[in-house]
Amino acid sequence: MSAVMISRKVTRKWEKLPGKNTFCCDGRVMMARQKGVFYLTLFLIIGTCSLFFAFECPYLAVHLSPAIPVFAVLLFVFVMAMLLRTSFSDPGVLPRALPEEANFIEMEIEAANGNVLAGQRPPPRIKNVQINNQIVKLKYCYTCKIFRPPRASHCSICDNCVDRFDHHCPWVGNCVGKRNYRYFYLFTLSLSLLTIYIFAFDIVHVVLRSVDSGFVNTIKETPGTVLEVLVCFFTLWSVVGLTGFHTYLISLNQTTNEDIKGSWSGKNRVQNPYSHKNIFKNCCEVLCGPAYPSVLDRRGVMLEDLSSPAPSDASSTNKSSNPVSQTTKSSAPLIPNEHTPDEAKPGIGAGTQKSASSPKDEKPPSPTSPNAVTPGVIKESAH
Amino acid sequence: MATEFHNLQELRHSASLANKVFIQRDYTDGTICKFQTKFPSELDSRIERTLFEDTVKTLNNYYAEAEKIGGQSYLEGCLACLTVYLIFLCIETRYEKVLKKISRYIQEQNEKIYAPRGLLITDPLERGMRVIEISVYEDRGSSGSSSGSSTTSSSGR
Repeated sequence: MSAVMISRKVTRKWEKLPGKNTFCCDGRVMMARQKGVFYLTLFLIIGTCSLFFAFECPYLAVHLSPAIPVFAVLLFVFVMAMLLRTSFSDPGVLPRALPEEANFIEMEIEAANGNVLAGQRPPPRIKNVQINNQIVKLKYCYTCKIFRPPRASHCSICDNCVDRFDHHCPWVGNCVGKRNYRYFYLFTLSLSLLTIYIFAFDIVHVVLRSVDSGFVNTIKETPGTVLEVLVCFFTLWSVVGLTGFHTYLISLNQTTNEDIKGSWSGKNRVQNPYSHKNIFKNCCEVLCGPAYPSVLDRRGVMLEDLSSPAPSDASSTNKSSNPVSQTTKSSAPLIPNEHTPDEAKPGIGAGTQKSASSPKDEKPPSPTSPNAVTPGVIKESAH
Repeated sequence: MATEFHNLQELRHSASLANKVFIQRDYTDGTICKFQTKFPSELDSRIERTLFEDTVKTLNNYYAEAEKIGGQSYLEGCLACLTVYLIFLCIETRYEKVLKKISRYIQEQNEKIYAPRGLLITDPLERGMRVIEISVYEDRGSSGSSSGSSTTSSSGR
């Protein structure tokens, strides 16, 4: 029985991911659904910088130094790169539990809670763990069916649990979490510098020109300056303040989410167990830590009758050629054999065995409806 | 090597999935990726405790190496920042390199130790780094590549 190649449109895993994200470029880009404010951010930054390059830079390059526009360009490129990196990357989304794992956790909970009398409300699903001599409560997520790891939180806008969840930023059009927090911080920092830079040189330009031709004439010659000053003035207060706030959070190794909830505010002698008690160490961990990989295999191929492995990009995991459906129920995982293409991931589930795949072909992969096979009952009580 | 592959094939053909055991994360040292080395009771009859603990400890060491914050991670971070993170389009991060090592290690462990005992480890990366999933197979028929016991481990049910 040879493997028959059926030419079908390749379905990648991002198309079947639960949650309210939008994906672009065939799964390479991941954002939240509401992108209106993100477009506004782009418009404001690109618009203001364009005005700066059009009106101020020619004059300043000639009268002061050509380094001024050069540095402005570098700053602008850095700001845009950080913004796009923050907006387009996976913030650290935790995939939802597959049915077997969800059942296993359910049974653990039932075993821990003991017998609950009919009519009585079951106790809240909480696990206590001790981290650095501090008791931390792990909450159960009813949507994702997992106990959230410490510092993870469920974003209701994106409908995902995000690791080291900071906040959902509409300006950036994405959640800010473990994987993109440093890009977000560098974005706010560089944007503050860019805003201060443009604001300062606007003033310098107006002053220099007014000395030559008078204030009113200057405004007539370069009307864009007024707009830039206005935008920069309001941006300054918000962005510089935000940068300062996040610098404070980084030095204490806290997230915005923890700060808002007052998790480590110090009452009841509760302290932040993740802080190294050293500002330098905290900053290093957050800003210079390792580049965590995405655990969402967005570009992996879902149908296993296609043997073409998906090319992997920098932000996807190294298992992009894994053809096994992520909603495999109780069928055996595929085992590599002599037919496995060399570049397929070694380990479980990289083979292209037809015999094992036939029961999965009929069932459309749908991670949101596991009820067909789940033996146990998954309680969907509100949380 | 061919014999071990052959064992895995026989395992799949002759055995059916009985149960899955999930090794949870160990958060006592913070949010670093580390798994509990506590031996689950469902595997009592299937594998020796020391072999299992060795596997989990080696995996924990690999993850610790990947997440280590030291000279190399600073260098990688600073270099990446200077190139506006475009360098990640060309080179692999240290974490990704270690993940490849881990998947090779897991495959090797499956071939040599777990498959002959009717078990199969799933790479935690495929489960969101939350659990190590160990599939327990029971012997269905005659080709006995797995250990002969066909009792379904009912302690977890």
